[in-house]
Amino acid sequence: MTGARFADWIEERIDLGPLKHLIQKKAIPVHRHTVWYYFGGMTLFLFGIQVATGILLTLYYRPSVEEAYESVQFIMTEVQFGWLVRSVHSWSANLMVLTMMIHMFSVYLTQSYRKPRELTWVTGMAMFGIVLFFGFSGYLLPWNVLAYFATKVGTEIAGQFPLIGHALLRLLRGGDEVTGATVSRFYGIHIAILPACITAILGLHLFLVQKQGMSIPPSVERNRAGQSVPTMPFAPNFLLRDLFGWFLALGLLAALAALYPWELGQKADPFAPAPAGIRPEWYFVFMFQCLKYIPAKIGPFDGEVLGILGFTLGGILLVLVPFLDKRSAVGEPSPLFRSIGFGIIAFIVIFTVLGYFAPVPQ
Amino acid sequence: MRIALRIAYSSLLLIATVLIRISAAEAADACIDCHIGLREERLNRPAVKIKDDYHLARGLGCQGCHGGDQTAIDNKAQSHSPAKGFLGKPKRHAIPESCGKCHSDPNYMRTFNPSIRTDQVKEYYSSTHGKRFREGDQKVAICISCHDVHAIRAVKDQMAWTYPTNVAETCSRCHGNADYMKTYKIPTDQFERYKQSIHYEMLTKRADLASPTCSSCHGSHGATPPGVDSVANVCSHCHAATADLFAKSPHKPAFAELGMPACVTCHSNHDVTKPSDAMLAGGADTPCVMCHEADSEPLKKAAELRTMIEGLSKQIDEASTILTRAEHAGMEVGPPRFELITAKQSLIKVRADTHSLNVQQIKVATDAGLIVAQKSLESGQGLLAEVQFRRKGLAASLLVIGAVLVGLFFKIREVDRRRGPD
Repeated sequence: MTGARFADWIEERIDLGPLKHLIQKKAIPVHRHTVWYYFGGMTLFLFGIQVATGILLTLYYRPSVEEAYESVQFIMTEVQFGWLVRSVHSWSANLMVLTMMIHMFSVYLTQSYRKPRELTWVTGMAMFGIVLFFGFSGYLLPWNVLAYFATKVGTEIAGQFPLIGHALLRLLRGGDEVTGATVSRFYGIHIAILPACITAILGLHLFLVQKQGMSIPPSVERNRAGQSVPTMPFAPNFLLRDLFGWFLALGLLAALAALYPWELGQKADPFAPAPAGIRPEWYFVFMFQCLKYIPAKIGPFDGEVLGILGFTLGGILLVLVPFLDKRSAVGEPSPLFRSIGFGIIAFIVIFTVLGYFAPVPQ
Repeated sequence: MRIALRIAYSSLLLIATVLIRISAAEAADACIDCHIGLREERLNRPAVKIKDDYHLARGLGCQGCHGGDQTAIDNKAQSHSPAKGFLGKPKRHAIPESCGKCHSDPNYMRTFNPSIRTDQVKEYYSSTHGKRFREGDQKVAICISCHDVHAIRAVKDQMAWTYPTNVAETCSRCHGNADYMKTYKIPTDQFERYKQSIHYEMLTKRADLASPTCSSCHGSHGATPPGVDSVANVCSHCHAATADLFAKSPHKPAFAELGMPACVTCHSNHDVTKPSDAMLAGGADTPCVMCHEADSEPLKKAAELRTMIEGLSKQIDEASTILTRAEHAGMEVGPPRFELITAKQSLIKVRADTHSLNVQQIKVATDAGLIVAQKSLESGQGLLAEVQFRRKGLAASLLVIGAVLVGLFFKIREVDRRRGPD
């Protein structure tokens, strides 16, 4: 009763009619690829958890070489449920990258990037880049051994970039070395700059999704031979299913956080030698491993530089796929881009597996 | 197709250019250029090996030791000309002096390294090797025995025969060869015994280059066995605190009176194993019984020390085990582990203190360690209790989440049914 009165109170002041109409009108196509629609919402849910746990962590975290490790250790050992907040933050970050990758490749393989959704794809790719940078910047913040050396190696790779490499390295590190300046810089980027960017782009992305509705894969449209694709109402049918998935993710997160709390490791010592088998977070491993296989010199060129240029070019081409794939734009099958998509997935999977299981040369 | 051919031709051209450049670079030295093509292994091996030589890398080629003219390409008469100082293969008896021509000249050596030592030859002649060499013994070690010949590397080079991890093997090439050493009537099992020592393990398996090898105790250029009186001084280079405690103990005058060397009497020399608390037991297999009778007062004192030390060691092990269990369960064990380091330091200290034979002093240190170890143990137990609490909390959360999922499942079925077929 109180709820209805409150709704009336709001209604008197703000006209919620158009919003109600939008929600009631919104329908989700039902076909054999409908399952992929849930991963966007799942990513959004995990992002929400990131924001909530991230805000809680800022209450105790201190971004300096002297206090970063100790403050995270304090969160893990002294703060009530601090261990849970930090573990959920770290685990949900990783799950978010995973669901985002699934969302991205499902959109790619169902050709949902095609006209008129080019901008939705571009904003999604921009958010994916931001999320990877979120992961990279957040990894350093506990200032432990693995974080320190992974950041050192990661920024060194960025420093190999032709022409702007050294400037980029100094911009990232806040100097020539990974120091306290890097920690405070990464912290600022992690909690202010990246959230501001992603909020703006996410707003645009969601607006475009609402405006254009869910994309129906061309293969489904062709199979229906002109007949309309069945739908289900967004509210409550799809929303309840979304909620079901979110609660599943919440249960998984709780189990991971309680059974495998995110470990802190040893405090970073810039003067100590790098530990053996150092590698970045799993979502960067495929690039890291691939760069290892590239010879030091390819003709007159530096192998690593060529590798970095290759990944940059690959990323740019991926962003531009909606504009390059002319066949998808007119609803025709696009075997070339489909093969490229499967090729990228195979490349990522194979090199990630190699990164973890290939013998390390002595 | 045409493009592919062009790429192939360009690649071949590039490879050919690189190969041509390499051979041109090698051809700059007449000695290497000629000797590398000779059939006899004794003549071509120096040209192959010298590529790894420290001297060659600094522009000092074959003529530095052999004389001759290394610029006379394809001209044997000129390159081997006595007028150009060609010596051929230097005689073994002349090698230390040959090396000393440069290495004993401070003015010359300073041009390469201002802080390099130049007393090696002088020191060599003070060694057992050098003394015997002067007496005409050609079998003893000379410069090239330890530094290799033609592939002479800097000591800091991991491939050098004189790199700390390779020294023992270098010495054992002669000292481990029973046939070669027959005339000297000295043991040849030193290397095998050294390989069983904690020093060898630290040096080769844990890469602790400060851990001693042959030259650390015997010297390098001035190699000689340490005498009974100087053994303690040799060990005290690294084990300073222990040596100090021993020097103040009643054992010091007793050992001196009996003519027994310090340190090695109980710990041996080449096969120094990691000391264990069992050494304090006073049993038949301990060094104590060499001098003390069974059930004597000193042995009872040793047993008392052992009980105290083993008590602390056991307490530390228990705390460590429980912390490892908590760590494997995902708990942050940094602070209690850090505290436990203090207890471990106490244990190291009391083990060293046994050399002083001061029971009271050892008891004070042991008690301090026990208090810290107990605290760490309790922290570990607390962490394991926290693991159980978390698991119960997880079970309760999963029950709630499960209930919500079941509710959602039925709700989805209900709304789908209400909507009817599309």
